Formats: sequence, structure tokens, C-alpha cells
Amino acid sequence: MYILKLLWRNAFRHRLRTFLTVLGITVAILAFGMLRTLVDIWYSGVEASSATRLVTRNAVSLIFPLPISYKDRIRQFEGVKLVSWGNWFGGVYIEEKNFFANFAVDMESYLKLYPEFILPPDQAAAVKRDRKACVVGRKLADRFGWKIGDTIPLRGTIFPGAWEFVLRGIYQGRDKNTDETQMFFHWDYLNEALKRTVPRRADQAGFYMIGITSPSVSADVATAIDGTFRNSLAETMTESEKAFAMGFISMTEAILIAIKLVSFVVIVIIMAVVANTMAMTARERIGEYAVFKTLGFGGFHIAGLIFGESLVISMTGCAVGIALTFPAARAFASYLSNYFPFFNVSSTTIVMDVAASLLVGIVAAIFPTWRAVNIRIADGLRRIG
Amino acid sequence: MEETKSPIVRIRNLSKSYSRGSQTIPVLEGISFDIPDGEFLALMGPSGSGKSTLLNLLAGIDTADTGTIEIGGIDITTLGETELAAWRALNVGFIFQFYNLIPVLTAFENVELPLLLTRLSTAERRAHVETALRVVGLADRMDHFPSQLSGGQQQRVAIARAVVTDPTILVADEPTGDLDRQSAAEILDLIDRLNHESGKTIIMVTHDPRAAEKAHAIRYLDKGILTDVHP
Ligand SMILES: Nc1ncnc2c1ncn2[C@@H]1O[C@H](COP(=O)(O)OP(=O)(O)O)[C@@H](O)[C@H]1O
Ligand SMILES: [Mg+2]
Repeated sequence: MYILKLLWRNAFRHRLRTFLTVLGITVAILAFGMLRTLVDIWYSGVEASSATRLVTRNAVSLIFPLPISYKDRIRQFEGVKLVSWGNWFGGVYIEEKNFFANFAVDMESYLKLYPEFILPPDQAAAVKRDRKACVVGRKLADRFGWKIGDTIPLRGTIFPGAWEFVLRGIYQGRDKNTDETQMFFHWDYLNEALKRTVPRRADQAGFYMIGITSPSVSADVATAIDGTFRNSLAETMTESEKAFAMGFISMTEAILIAIKLVSFVVIVIIMAVVANTMAMTARERIGEYAVFKTLGFGGFHIAGLIFGESLVISMTGCAVGIALTFPAARAFASYLSNYFPFFNVSSTTIVMDVAASLLVGIVAAIFPTWRAVNIRIADGLRRIG
Repeated sequence: MEETKSPIVRIRNLSKSYSRGSQTIPVLEGISFDIPDGEFLALMGPSGSGKSTLLNLLAGIDTADTGTIEIGGIDITTLGETELAAWRALNVGFIFQFYNLIPVLTAFENVELPLLLTRLSTAERRAHVETALRVVGLADRMDHFPSQLSGGQQQRVAIARAVVTDPTILVADEPTGDLDRQSAAEILDLIDRLNHESGKTIIMVTHDPRAAEKAHAIRYLDKGILTDVHP
């Protein structure tokens, strides 16, 4: 009680200085939290991936397709429950900046394989009936104000031409981190068009999505599939959905590393600021610490006073910063919700906030403590008056 | 009478010098003397003569180059830093020129501070603090912060803090040096009363002849040597 009172009063002895330091920590923690959340979003595709799904693609590169005939052979492997396939369509809605992911998929198997995309039964039936049908995520529909029955024109890039789809289904995400910004339509529709226009590009899948019976067979199934197609014209590369999603992230890894780096630089800067405050404070109190020592208090007590004060300041800033991170993230999310699958502050981010603040408080106190503990009492007392 | 009392402080061959750069400045040169139990001793001498240095040595907040300082039968020059701190907490009460109260603590809390190193319960601590503050006449100012008290009142709080642990010796370094005449007189009366009524051994450094008059004995420090006579 006594000690807490003393720490608290000491921390707020110089109101303005402490206020500014706490403000600095608050801003740093806020920035750190937002940047970490941004990194989390990047990995959201990885987090949302399922351990019971594999992805098979062309071993050379994702841009080379695989023959559609592989689907029947893949189905026969031990441990394979369901096979779906699709192509990255890469269509543009009006202009490039309206980017969203759009795929041609084998609709029936795809919806079975992705139970986290929840489609009302009547919409699912309507999608099945209409070969020009497409399905979009709730957020994507909100972004462009699309309603069921709307015609959605896409300009083909990988598959040139003007394409039109009819919106027959809007899916909701089952989980918090389910991506609700995708669009997909019937692979058959794409394939039939290709047969008519560029037959050599027909009957090919960009990737196969494979549902397996359990995560434990994942490695065996992948090895078996890739082994089968080795030395064929189109060799395969099979990996878990998670690894596949990671592969996409690695393309933007440099940006991610930059963001992470900045988030740590913010912490290092605030560490220097708090260390400076504590050094100033401890220098002014050298005489008081000498009085404590005169009365018989030891190095541990002095260390406790300085570390305690430093932690009071850093943890106050941390608490305010964390409290502000949630509304800030919410504001950010409502502004950008159509682009990001989700924007939640993870518990890991909070833990990192707290750890960083503890570290700042401790590091800032080390040097002042060392000085205060080692100064001779007589010299410390001489500073008074 | 006084000669029959056993000395509470026995100092032998005490030397202390400071080094400034390559130079060594001797401050105390082989000082030996005893202080009987219950003594009220005034240490006088010109500024820079080493009075504070001597007081700090026998209060255990500075270390000598050579010599022994025996207090209550313990040679404190043999104690390590931690033992010395524990010894100070039990045996020495300090009164400084500039009071040296902790500004963020109330009068009560300042006096309570040294008791935090004891095993006393909260209630026992409270009783001791209240007694000490009553002795110095500040029972009605317990919740005041130092900045809300006059210099004389602050020094009285400091005296309460010095006596609350019931130490073996009280050391005071120019306790009236920063006070007006009236307050100085009150502080001296208080110190004198502590010596008379509670039999405390007091060693007081002072410039002020009026302060020295209150003491039983006066010693002078000059050029590193201690004498009984005014130089
Ligand atoms: N830490 C120190 N370093 C160097 N010289 C010191 C130190 N402390 C005291 N001195 C010197 O020792 C001498 C005695 O100082 P002090 O004991 O404070 O004298 P007094 O209290 O009698 O005025 C002075 O010359 C002073 O400058
Ligand atoms: Mg002095």
C-alpha cells in the first residue's frame, strides 16, 4: 500500500513530463497494435485454411494449368474424400482498382469442400440451375451494392473478352475470419466458352482442391499424387491449403517484413523516450535515494522504486493504448471492411502490447537504477541544498 | 560522574582523504576520541575542516581509509555494505541541514519510512509515529506534506523520523543552519530535551556558537586534528 502510494505519487510528481511520456507510450502502443493487426490480416488466409484440404497445382508455376483428366485419377487415392477444381479468372469489374478475387470453380464440389461459405438452400438451388450464375461474399456484395438477380460484367484478362454473370447467391462466412470478399462462378461456363473460342485452352484446371479424410493422411496423399504425375507432361505440386496460402503471402513478404520492422522501431523509439524521462527523474532524485539509503534501505529497495515508477508510467500508457486500439480498429474496419476479410485485434497483439510495455518500462529503468544504487551516500547527500 | 560512564563511541586513529585527480587531500589525520553514553557533543570548526566527513564516518554512511569506529561495542569499519545498512537502520538517527524529507510523503509517512524496515505491524507503526510526532509537537500536522510546513516544522518532522526507531546515537549536521533564529532556538530546545529526557547520545555539527552552548562538550576540528580547545 505504502509503496504503491509512493510509486504513484513519484510517477506523477512532474505532471506535464509524465503526461507527455504516457502520451508517447499510448501512441506507440496504438501504432504497434494497428500494425500488428494489419500483419494478422495478411495472414488471415493462412489462419482460415483447413488442415483437411490440399491444393494441387502445376509443379512449374501456378500460371501453368493441369489437364482436367487428373480429377478422376486424384479421386482414386486412399484418403481422398472429395475433389474440386478451378481457375483463377482474374476478371476486372469496370476498372482495375475494384480488385477482388474471382474464380471459375466446379460449383457443387466446391461448396461441399468449403462448408465455411454458407449459402441459403434456395440460392444454392438457383445457382445450380443457371449456368451463368455466380456467387459472391457478403462483403463484396455490400461493397458494390449488388443484389440477387443483378448482372455483373467482368472484363477478362487471363481469358480475354467481355463476360457476364448473374448474381444468384450471396454467402455468409461461418467463422469470424472467413473471407467474405470472393466471387466464384461455374467452371463449365468458362470451359464451354473456351471450347468455342480457344479450344487449346479448354479442359484445363488451374488447381485442384482436395478434401481428405483426416489431417494425418495429408503428407501421404500429397506424396502419392505428386509421385503419380512425375515424369508426365504436367508434373504436380501438392501441398496443404495452409502452405498454399503461405505461398501467396511470401510474394508480399517484403512489405510484411517492413511493417513488422516499423512496429518494432516504434517500440525502440518509445523505449528511448521513456529511458530519457527516467534518467532525468532519477538524476533529480539522487539526493532522495541517498536519504533512503541513509535510513537503511538497500539497493533492492532503490531498484524497486525506480523500476516501479518506470513500470507505472509504461503500463499506464499501455493500458490507455490498448483501450484505444479497439475503437481505432473498429473505425479502421468500418472504413475498409469491403477490402479486408476481417479486422480484429487478436489476443496475441494484446499480449505483445503488454510485453513490449513491460520491456520498455524495465529497459528504461536499468541505467538510472545502476547509477542510483552505485552512487556513494555521502556524494548523493551532497547534491541536496 | 561522567568519566565513570562507559563510552558509547570509541574512535581510534581515524584517517580519511579524498583524491581529486592525481592529488590526495587529507581531511582527517589520525583522530582518536571517545564519546560517553548520553553525551551531547558539539563539533565545531571552519568550513571545509571535515566536520561532515567525520560525522558521516561515525554514522556509517562513508568509509574511512584507516582506523576503527566502535559504536555500542561494534566496530563498524569491519561491516560490509549490507550489514552497515542494517546497522544504520537500527542504531543511527539522522538530522540534516536541509531536513531531507521525501516531498511526496506526508509528515506521518515520512516518519513511518524507517519503520518499514522493521517487523512492526501497521498498528504498532502508527502508534510509534504518533508518539514521535507528539514529542516534536506536530501531532496536528500529520497529514501535511513537507511543502505545506515551515522550515522549523519540517526539521521537527525530520527529528521525529530520526528518533522513531529509538536509535543508539543521533547525528545532526548543522540542524539549524537553514533556519531563522526563532525556529533554530526551538529546534535546539527540542534536541536538548531529547538528550535530557530520553538520554539520547547526540553528536551535532554546527557553526553557530548559540547551538554549541546547549551541548555538554564542544570539540573543534582544524586541519585534520581534533582538539578540546578553541583554536
Ligand atoms: N566527495 C568528495 N570528493 C572530494 N573532496 C571532498 C568530498 N567530500 C568532501 N570533500 C572535501 O573534504 C573537505 C571536508 O569537507 P566536509 O567534511 O564537508 O567539511 P565541513 O563539513 O567541515 O564543511 C573539504 O575540503 C571538501 O572539499
Ligand atoms: Mg558540512
